[in-house]
Amino acid sequence: MWDYTEKVKDHFLNPRNVGEIADADGVGEVGSLACGDALKLMFKLDEQEKIKDAKFQTFGCASAIASSSALTEIIKGMTLDEAARVTNRDIADFLGGLPQEKMHCSVMGREALEAAIANYRGIVPEKKLELEGEIVCTCFGVTDVEIKRVIKENDLKSVDDITNYTKAGGACGTCKEDLAKILAATIGEVKESAPLEKPKKKKLTNIQKMQMIQETIERDIRPSLRADGGDIELIDIDGNRVIVAFRGVCSACPSSEVTLKENVEKKLKEFVSDEIIVEEEA
Amino acid sequence: MENMSKVIYLDNNATTKTDEEVFREMEPYFCGLYGNPSSMHTFGGQVRRKLDEARERVAALIGAASPSEIIFTSCGSESDNAAIMGVLKSSPGKKHIVTTKVEHPAVRNLCKHLAKNGYFVTELGVDKDGMLDLDRLKESVTDDTAIVSIMYANNETGVIFPIDEIAAIVKEKGSVFHTDAVQAVGKIPIDMKSAQIDLLSLSGHKLHAPKGVGALYVKKGTKYSPFIIGGHQEHSRRGGTENVPSIIGLGKACELAGANIEYENTEVKRIRDKLEDKLLELAPNARRNGNKENRLPNTSNISFEYVEGEAILLLLNDLGVCASSGSACTSGSLEPSHVMRAMGVPFTAAHGSIRFSLSRYSTEEEIDVVIQRLPGIITRLRAISPFGRGK
Repeated sequence: MWDYTEKVKDHFLNPRNVGEIADADGVGEVGSLACGDALKLMFKLDEQEKIKDAKFQTFGCASAIASSSALTEIIKGMTLDEAARVTNRDIADFLGGLPQEKMHCSVMGREALEAAIANYRGIVPEKKLELEGEIVCTCFGVTDVEIKRVIKENDLKSVDDITNYTKAGGACGTCKEDLAKILAATIGEVKESAPLEKPKKKKLTNIQKMQMIQETIERDIRPSLRADGGDIELIDIDGNRVIVAFRGVCSACPSSEVTLKENVEKKLKEFVSDEIIVEEEA
Repeated sequence: MENMSKVIYLDNNATTKTDEEVFREMEPYFCGLYGNPSSMHTFGGQVRRKLDEARERVAALIGAASPSEIIFTSCGSESDNAAIMGVLKSSPGKKHIVTTKVEHPAVRNLCKHLAKNGYFVTELGVDKDGMLDLDRLKESVTDDTAIVSIMYANNETGVIFPIDEIAAIVKEKGSVFHTDAVQAVGKIPIDMKSAQIDLLSLSGHKLHAPKGVGALYVKKGTKYSPFIIGGHQEHSRRGGTENVPSIIGLGKACELAGANIEYENTEVKRIRDKLEDKLLELAPNARRNGNKENRLPNTSNISFEYVEGEAILLLLNDLGVCASSGSACTSGSLEPSHVMRAMGVPFTAAHGSIRFSLSRYSTEEEIDVVIQRLPGIITRLRAISPFGRGK
């Protein structure tokens, strides 16, 4: 049994704005019967290009229907530019949250909105948004561009997150390696565009140092290793010697020595202390 | 929730109500007669005698030649794991396993695990009715086949495989045959004396015994190594102090199932058929999944095209009706159930598949409520769906 909020239940049991608009200005369709959910969104504009009316038709589970209903409520009264800035997070927040496994329903809402706006602006006359980028997940037809966007907008941290939000990797699973690569690359991009405030390197107490080492591993080292299917474990800290062990694919990786010095030690020197030496557990 | 006090429980393939007679039979063995059946004293010894009775009752339901062929376990999944692992361990030279694409996860995922650990697994497919191709089975079993594991009846569709015929094929080929009969035992007559089945799994909570108890039948003479290694319980074939009250409950439940099997195949079947026929008639674009004839008397699996199963279940839930679905949204993955996919049920229908599973406690009044309310639910969801217009 899914743990739905009262608001999700309400919008599922009493969906708002169900139906069609005969002379709609914009129509967006996403999903398919095969995928298990599909949404058709229609809107009508007033003279100021504000959304006067919005209606939807959805094939899908309770959260898909609730997300569609929420979407129409959110965009009514918005200008097109305002509507274009609506994210999947806005839809989920409007509903008081969705279960992680159901976040893709909110993403479907945002995609339908995007498709409808593009349809109105004449970019895509056939109502379906031309898929941008390369298809990564062939089961659900999800592209790299879409995956990157959802990772950034929702601050995703793992391949499972990507599946929960986009469905990519949720069927045959053969694209999971590609997803991990996209995740690692996207996290890298985000970091470059918004560099972290580097903590000042001052004389640390031992406890402060240990905490900082743990935080740095958690924040700056583990995510990229996990993205490749590996992991790292902090075994011991002895003065400036940090002993770690690699797990998962990292443990068998011939280049783990390089990772150790180039990634782990460099990061710890950068964020904690120049004197740190990292060693792999014997 | 409307009417939540009165639950219409049509999900008996998931679990069943513990029969009150079963519960009463178990009750003395918690606080009063709590002795260990392995103890030397009379206080424990009297419990041993009750365990023996339970073993006889389980043996009687499936027509086992001797009660010593019954090993009590903690559940159906343990029975399946014990059967397959126990046989593999005692024939270490053989590396091939034959099973099907529609098995319960207890068998299917164990075989997937074994396939990654040195075993070669053949998964037989099924046709659109959910039936096996026996010629394919014949071709698949070789000298290297350590075990063939094929379910008796499918949990999602209720489809019954011709197990006696399958067992005969496997034995003729010289391999060992295991059947997961968790859904079949207690619903249809089973006789191990006439069948060539080597191992059979059953589970308590599917036949009105409590959860957490099961049994594995191992035909006398079958090479078998214990799965749980420990004390000398169960003739050293399953370590661990026996779950006495539940085993006693399982024994009583088997006795009651034997007495009710005729009712299951007449009255339960009659109201199941009524439910199915009426729903297929009243809801347009609905179809039955699974072979109509070779089927458990209590199970009906219907697909309502162009609507999604989870949405149907939640609206039924609102009326106090409990059922289950093979849709992606309820399967915990993003794909519809492996059984629907193996049968080649089109996506339009697989996502909207609903399983109703009845029991001897189901009443015609309950069935009538579903017949009266479900078509409206389907119409309501189709009105929201972009695919269901005018249907």
